[in-house]
Amino acid sequence: MIWGDLIERGCKWLSCAMRVVVMTIALSLGTSVIEVYAEVSQPVFPSARGEQCVEPVDIMRRDHFEFLKHQRDKTVREGIRTPRHSLAGCIDCHADKDAQGRFVPVNAKGQFCQSCHVYAAVKIDCFSCHAARPSERVSQSP
Amino acid sequence: MTALAATQRARLNASASRPESIVMDMKNSSPASPRRTFFTQASAGVALLALAPGVRLVDLALARAQDEPASAAQRWGLLVDVDRCVSGCDACVSACNTEHGLGDSERPQTDAQWIRKVDLVDNNTGRQLSLPLMCQHCEEPPCVDVCPTGASFRRADGIVLVDKHTCIGCRYCMMACPYKARSFIHEDLTGQKTHAPRGKGVVESCTLCVHRVDRDESPACVEACTDAGREALVFGDINDRNDPLATQLAETTTRELRADLKLNTAVRYRGL
Amino acid sequence: MMKSAYFQSVSSSRGYWLISAIAGVITLAGLIGAEHMESAGHWVTGMSNQVVWGVPHVFAIFLIVAASGALNTASIASVFARDDYKPLARLSALLAIALLSGGLAVLVLDLGRPDRLIVAMTHYNFKSIFAWNIFLYIGFMFIVGIYLWMMFEPRMNRFTARVGTAAFIWRLVLTTGTGSIFGFLVAREAFDSAVMAPLFIVMSLSFGTALTLLIGMLIFWINGATMDPALAQKLRRLLGFFVIGVAYLVAVDHLTKLYVTGHHQLEQFILVDGGIYTLLFWGVQILLGTMVPAILLLLPRFCQRGYLIAAALLVVVGALTQVYVLIIGGQVFPLELFPGYSVTSTFYDGVIADYTPSLAELALGMGGMGLAVLVTLIGIRILPFVPVQMTGENQD
Repeated sequence: MIWGDLIERGCKWLSCAMRVVVMTIALSLGTSVIEVYAEVSQPVFPSARGEQCVEPVDIMRRDHFEFLKHQRDKTVREGIRTPRHSLAGCIDCHADKDAQGRFVPVNAKGQFCQSCHVYAAVKIDCFSCHAARPSERVSQSP
Repeated sequence: MTALAATQRARLNASASRPESIVMDMKNSSPASPRRTFFTQASAGVALLALAPGVRLVDLALARAQDEPASAAQRWGLLVDVDRCVSGCDACVSACNTEHGLGDSERPQTDAQWIRKVDLVDNNTGRQLSLPLMCQHCEEPPCVDVCPTGASFRRADGIVLVDKHTCIGCRYCMMACPYKARSFIHEDLTGQKTHAPRGKGVVESCTLCVHRVDRDESPACVEACTDAGREALVFGDINDRNDPLATQLAETTTRELRADLKLNTAVRYRGL
Repeated sequence: MMKSAYFQSVSSSRGYWLISAIAGVITLAGLIGAEHMESAGHWVTGMSNQVVWGVPHVFAIFLIVAASGALNTASIASVFARDDYKPLARLSALLAIALLSGGLAVLVLDLGRPDRLIVAMTHYNFKSIFAWNIFLYIGFMFIVGIYLWMMFEPRMNRFTARVGTAAFIWRLVLTTGTGSIFGFLVAREAFDSAVMAPLFIVMSLSFGTALTLLIGMLIFWINGATMDPALAQKLRRLLGFFVIGVAYLVAVDHLTKLYVTGHHQLEQFILVDGGIYTLLFWGVQILLGTMVPAILLLLPRFCQRGYLIAAALLVVVGALTQVYVLIIGGQVFPLELFPGYSVTSTFYDGVIADYTPSLAELALGMGGMGLAVLVTLIGIRILPFVPVQMTGENQD
C-alpha cells in the first residue's frame, strides 16, 4: 500500500523531470541543427610539410588519438621520446606559416587540428597545456 | 632531425670548452689513501674523456636508445654543495624558469616555483648558508603514496613526475610533500614550450629536466650553476660507481633533508 | 506510545517553498562561485601554493564528517534497538545521504580539473587513503540507500537491524578514512597523528547530531509541527556528551604536542600568538562552540527548546571553526626543513602564510550546505520520511 503510493509519487516526479530534460535537449538541438545546416562543409586546412604522414591517411583519420594517447603514456611514464607518433611530431609537419613566415598555432581557426575537430564536433583540450606551434628547434630550421 | 643533431653538436662543443666539475674535484682531492687514489684515478680516466668531446662519448655509450624505456639500472640524482652556493645568486632558478617557461604573474603566492633559493642563518652561531631547494626525488615519495589517481609517479630511473593527463588537481600531494616542492597552476597559461607542457588546474614540480636527461644532458639548473662558475650542483647516476656524482657521494658526508622520514632522496646536500 | 511509527511525505506549503528557495539560491550562488573558480583558475580564491586547501575543504570535510554522524539516530534505533529513536531513523539516513552529497559536490567542484572526475573513477592508486575514501563514500551512499529500502518496505523491515549494523560499521570505517586523510600526512606536524581518526569519529557524532536536531526541527516547522520533546531531550543529552568527547580528544592532541619539544612552536602558534587562528580556537571553537553549548546541553535548567536550538547552532559554528583552525591553521604554519636555522626564501619558507578566503570559495562552501538542505527537502517531498506521530495534533 505504501509501496504503491511511493511508486506513484516517484513516477510523477520523474515524468516532470523528464519533461524538463526533453524540452532542454530539444531546444538546444534545434538551435545547433540550424547552425550546422547553415554552414556545413568539408573541413579545409593547409597542407602539411613533408611528403608522407607516419601512417596511412585513413588510419590516421580514424585512430590518430589512439596513437597519440599510446605515445603520450610511453613518453610521460617511460621516457620514450620517439617522434613518430608524438604530438610534437604532428605539429612539426602540420603547422602552417603566415604571410610573415611565422608559425600559426594548429588550433587556430581553419588550421589542421581545429578545422577537423570543429567539423567532427569533438572538443580537445590538448592545447591548454601543449604548445600548438613547432618547437624552437624546428622553427629555427628553414 | 638534422636540426636536432646540429643543436647537439653545438652543445657538445660548448661542453668541451667548459671544465667539468669532476676536473675541479680532482684538483682539490689529495691522493692520501689508496682507496682515494683509486677513485681519483678512476675519475681522472673519466675526466680525460670528458675534456675532449669525450664526456659525451662516455655518456653516449651508457645512454639508452630513443625507443628504450627508462630503466631502474640508473637512478638520477643531484648533489648540492652548500659551501659553493652563494646567497644572492639565483642562476639555477632563472635557468629553470627559462627552460620550462615559468612566468611571473605578479601574484607571487600562486606563482609556480620548481626550484627556489633558501637562505639559512644558524640560530646558535649565526653562520649563514644558501642553497637551492627543489623536488628531492624520493625513493619513497609521499606525493606518489597519496595521489588518488596515480598521476604522481616515480619513473624507473627514480625521477618523480606528475602525469598531467591524469592529475585531477586535488592538491593532496602538495599537502603530503615534506619539501613544499610542488606548485599548483592557478591560472590559464599561454606560450608553453614544446618540451614543457603546462596548464591550469594541475600540479607540477621539478622534473629533474627529464626531457634533457632523456637526451643525455644535465638539468638546466646544473648547467647554469656551472656556467656561473659556482659548480655547486653535480648531476649524475647514483647507481653508477664511475659517475662523478656517485664518486662524490661515496667520498664525502652528505645529508638528505628530513632524513627522519627515511624517504631516501636523490638530492643530497653537502656542507649543511 | 506508538511503537511502530507512521510516516508521511511533506505536502506543499509556504514554509516548504520558502526554505527551498533559500537553499536553492545558496546552491546557485555556490555553482556560480565554482564556475568562476574553474574558468579563472584558483588565483581568484585565497588558496595558494602555501595554503592548498581552503574554505571549500573546510565545508566539504564538515559536511562529510557530519554526514556519517547524521546516521547516528538511525543506528541507535536499529543497531541498539532503541525504538524511541525510530521516528527520526528515516530522516537521519536521508540527512546522511544529503550531507554527503553536499560535501562531495564541494570537494569535486574545487578540483583543479573537475571535468576529469571520470579519471578519479577509473584510475585508482590503492595506496592512497584519498582513493579509499572515494570507495568509502560511494559505498556509504549505496549501503544507506539499501538501509532506507529496508526501513521503507514493510516486508524488508526484518532486515533493518542487520543492514543498519553494516551501515554503522561502514560509517565508522568511513570517518576513520576521512580522519586519516590528515592523520597520514607525515610531513605536516599539525596533522600527523593517529588521534585524527578517533577525533573525526567523535566530531562526526557531534556535528551529525547537531545537524539532525537543527534540520529535523526545521522540517517539523515546515510541516507545521514540533519535534517530540522527549526525543529532543534525549538528543540534547547525547549532543552534550559528544561535545565533551570532542573537547577531550582535542585536549589529548594538544597535550601530546605540548609535551613533544619539536611541536612547541606549532602549539605556540595555535594556542598563543597565532592571531586570527588563536582567536578562533579559544574564542569560537572552545568558548562558543564547546563550553557554552556543553553548559546549555547538560544543565537541566536550560532544557527549553530555544536553548537547544541555540546550543545546536553554536555546535555547528564551533565545528566549522574547528575544521578551519585544523585545516587552514595547520597549513599556514611553515614546514620545518632545517631545524636550528632561521629560514627565508622567495617561496614563503619559514613564514606564516597568508590566507583570506574569497567570496567565490565561500559561496562554493556554503553552496554545499544549500545543496544538502535541498536534497533533504526534495527527499521528504517525494517519500514518507517525516513521522506522523510527531505532528502537533497527533501528540498526546
